[in-house]
Amino acid sequence: MSEMNGKSEIEKKISHGIEAAAAANKPLTAEEQATAGFFKQLLGFWVTFRTMFKKVNTVNYPEVKEPTADRFHGRHQLNRYDDGLEKCIGCELCAWACPADAILVEAGDNTEDERFSPGERYGKVYQINYLRCVFCGLCIEACPTRALTMTNEYELADDKRDKLIFEKEDLLAPLRLGMIPAPHPMYPGTTDTDYYRGAIKGPHPDQEVKK
Amino acid sequence: MTPEALTEVEMITVVIDGFEVTVPKGTLVIRAAEKLGIQIPRFCDHPLLSPAGACRQCLVDIEINGRAFPKPQASCTIPVENGMIVKTQLTSPVAEKAQKGIMELLLINHPLDCPVCDKGGECPLQNQAMSNGQGVSRYEGVKRTYEKPVAISSQVLLDRERCVLCARCTRFSEEIAGDPFITLNERGALQQVGIYEKDPFQSYYSGNTVQICPVGALTGASYRFRARPFDLISVDSACEHCASGCAMRTDIRRGKTLRRLAGDDALVNQEWNCDKGRWAFKYLTSRERVAAPMVRGEDGELHETSWPEAIAAVVAGLAGKRAGVLVGGRVTREDAYGYSKFARVALKTNDIDFRARAHSVEEAEFLSSTAISLHTNYLDIDKADQVYLVDFEPEEESPIVFLRIYKQVRKRGISVSTNAPIISSGNHKLKAVRADISSVQLTEKSVILVGERAAETAGTLSAAKALAEKSGAKLAWISRRAGERAALEMGVIGNLLPGGRPVSDAAARVDMATAWGVKDLPTTAGRDTTGILKALSTDKSLGAVIVGGVDPMDISSDALTSLLDSFVVSLEISHSAVTAIADVVLPVAAVVEKRGTFVDWTGKPRSFDKAIADALTRSDVRILSMIADAMGAPINLPTVSATQREIESLGVWDGARASFTLVASSATPTVSGSEAMLYSYRQLLDLGALQMGEENLAGTARASVARISAARATALGVVDGDSVKISSQTGSVTLPVLISEIADEFIWAPRNSVDSQLIPTLGITHGSVTVVKA
Repeated sequence: MSEMNGKSEIEKKISHGIEAAAAANKPLTAEEQATAGFFKQLLGFWVTFRTMFKKVNTVNYPEVKEPTADRFHGRHQLNRYDDGLEKCIGCELCAWACPADAILVEAGDNTEDERFSPGERYGKVYQINYLRCVFCGLCIEACPTRALTMTNEYELADDKRDKLIFEKEDLLAPLRLGMIPAPHPMYPGTTDTDYYRGAIKGPHPDQEVKK
Repeated sequence: MTPEALTEVEMITVVIDGFEVTVPKGTLVIRAAEKLGIQIPRFCDHPLLSPAGACRQCLVDIEINGRAFPKPQASCTIPVENGMIVKTQLTSPVAEKAQKGIMELLLINHPLDCPVCDKGGECPLQNQAMSNGQGVSRYEGVKRTYEKPVAISSQVLLDRERCVLCARCTRFSEEIAGDPFITLNERGALQQVGIYEKDPFQSYYSGNTVQICPVGALTGASYRFRARPFDLISVDSACEHCASGCAMRTDIRRGKTLRRLAGDDALVNQEWNCDKGRWAFKYLTSRERVAAPMVRGEDGELHETSWPEAIAAVVAGLAGKRAGVLVGGRVTREDAYGYSKFARVALKTNDIDFRARAHSVEEAEFLSSTAISLHTNYLDIDKADQVYLVDFEPEEESPIVFLRIYKQVRKRGISVSTNAPIISSGNHKLKAVRADISSVQLTEKSVILVGERAAETAGTLSAAKALAEKSGAKLAWISRRAGERAALEMGVIGNLLPGGRPVSDAAARVDMATAWGVKDLPTTAGRDTTGILKALSTDKSLGAVIVGGVDPMDISSDALTSLLDSFVVSLEISHSAVTAIADVVLPVAAVVEKRGTFVDWTGKPRSFDKAIADALTRSDVRILSMIADAMGAPINLPTVSATQREIESLGVWDGARASFTLVASSATPTVSGSEAMLYSYRQLLDLGALQMGEENLAGTARASVARISAARATALGVVDGDSVKISSQTGSVTLPVLISEIADEFIWAPRNSVDSQLIPTLGITHGSVTVVKA
């Protein structure tokens, strides 16, 4: 830094800034007010006037709702295969990836009698704490089976803290036409690999659990 | 190691990645590299197992005196030599390429299971694939698949697809546990771990194979899909199941124990533990846990109440009555001290005993005069020329002691002999022979291991002590339960005060009275467990009893009825036979919920911390302190730490030890016809209270059989599998027969296993019974 007139370059700049700020804050003198006539004031209103004819960006929320961007990070969803089996395998990678520690997963063991997902393992307990979630989406990136995705739903305010801890049944995707709710067996003659490859396009009548 | 031993070892200097390191001769290259902080990737290498060179992951470039090996060599099988120059993956592109190639080959058939695999997150294969593998696979074929998972026992699940054939599990089973039930079958790409069809994988140490598996091929059924490593809080702890003194690691998830692993203590359990220590922890979270203090109301039922009311009920119940204390063998040193001080200061009695099992006056004297100052340890076993077992079954009663003896039997061929009439399957692995206590020949380097069952036969402890004195052999007393040695040292026995001070010694009493700030201490030696029960039931000289974790069925079939007429205070973790009849039940902290110290059989303290940090249950000593305060005779032990400080400040007794009057051995009774002498011990996995609720563990318990000799089988006209009925005056048990190496006049049955609970049925655990074909 060079030394000039006993003041460094940066000190000079700072003092210029302070002077400029002080000048801007100073009230107008009577002389200045007299020179700023009616037209000058009208020029100020012009900005307001012009805006009145512009396209409106706000909507009358909540009566009117605009769709979000396609990839908006909203509430999570736990997806299903096309026959209704859950995609979540309880691997906890989402919980591991979560920077806010908002996800809690406890896995369970699929049995022949009670199968929730293809393969050996399923998510028995699945909770997302929306008081903690920062909607960063690292969890859905981590998910190895695309079980966890995010919807565009953003209306997540509530009046009790415990209502904002979403359980597995709150997060599971709704059953689409033809899907059989888990637990039920895998599509006859297939393995978990077929499910992961996307070969299951719908349920088979044999998968219906007889009660 | 002694200084002499150190100087004998020849030291060798090698250069690894340009750094010089000096190590003892025989050190493996991979270990020498570790000493420099150079990590060579490996799967099959384990410092406690013999080198195998099975996985080939640790390939390095080696040259000796300028002559290089033509190909990279496995650093886990090559010992260092003078003039050796080693280049690891860090400096040699050849070694790096070789390691990457091996990793790629290992991963060809390894399934992409990580998200569903229990090892995920703590997997050496995952970690080393990241650190020493390459990012992509060139393999485009179909991976080899197998049926999965295969339950090779009720505890251990095998996934053959994930196996990298490192042979750690098979080497462990063969070299450490001596149970070669698990082996490598087939060859080439189809090679796989398997079990012998006839013998299921029923090892008491099978959990160690799960712990050392470098991939997720072997997993524990109890921990299946329970958590990921980042969910767990790991706490160093000590094992509460036996007196071996294993260091443990307890893994907690959200206040619940999910897993226990063997800790690392080279002088004690090395890196192993038994399946009971590993998997028997369901009792901690059982529904039977006592949740709140309970007082028996006028309606005869127990009602939950507040702590002040429960304490007041205890004080009211104890008022005007003489009381005894039955502690049980599972307490920590601090809790034992609390009971001991409470009995002497608050109850003003010496009627206190930790022995909830067969016991005798001879044993009390042996313990207080001799056992309390014994410090024979694992290193003595390592150096022994011979081990003599006196009423002690190492594999069943102290499994880590068994591992140490087995190690020396394998390594140095030391001889093992036992006074038992039977060569059990554990002792069979030790190549043990039967030898009478009066005729066995020992030297100064021998070790005599005396079990708690020695108290059952009069004269055995006297003979063992005499044998040790005559031969100069080292003597050790090994209780089955974890808390007995500590209880003995803390004076939870009628004839001793804390620190081994004899009650009969006036100076010792003054010593303790001063320390405790009381005028005097009771002068007469206290009654033992049997004496206390008798005083409560028949002569009514005691009107109340404080009971710790005692199962009356461990003492005798009528022990519970002896308690019925008196005021019973039960300090328990779970509802039991005693809480069912107790007047006041006070819940206490289980081992993961408190701090404390166990003392193992060598006299070594094994301290542990509270594993569940926010547990609200209280240690026994705190509750006793509250009762004593309310009684107006404070013992001032508000916390475990305060108790530890007080124990430290007391020190041990340096005066004369309690006396020991030798007892002559009783003559061996003769049997004839259908009569037989019953011999029994508890199996490691049985109906013990701390194993409750763990079905997977119970599935590997040894089957209940009656063991008889071939001659008796011929006489009875039975073959293996036929049933025999064993009867005493009070009842009988019927068990399938297994013809074994047992003396003709004896019959063996498990003491507390399924279908064979001897105390409730036969009323006896040893002595004369009638055996007929069922």
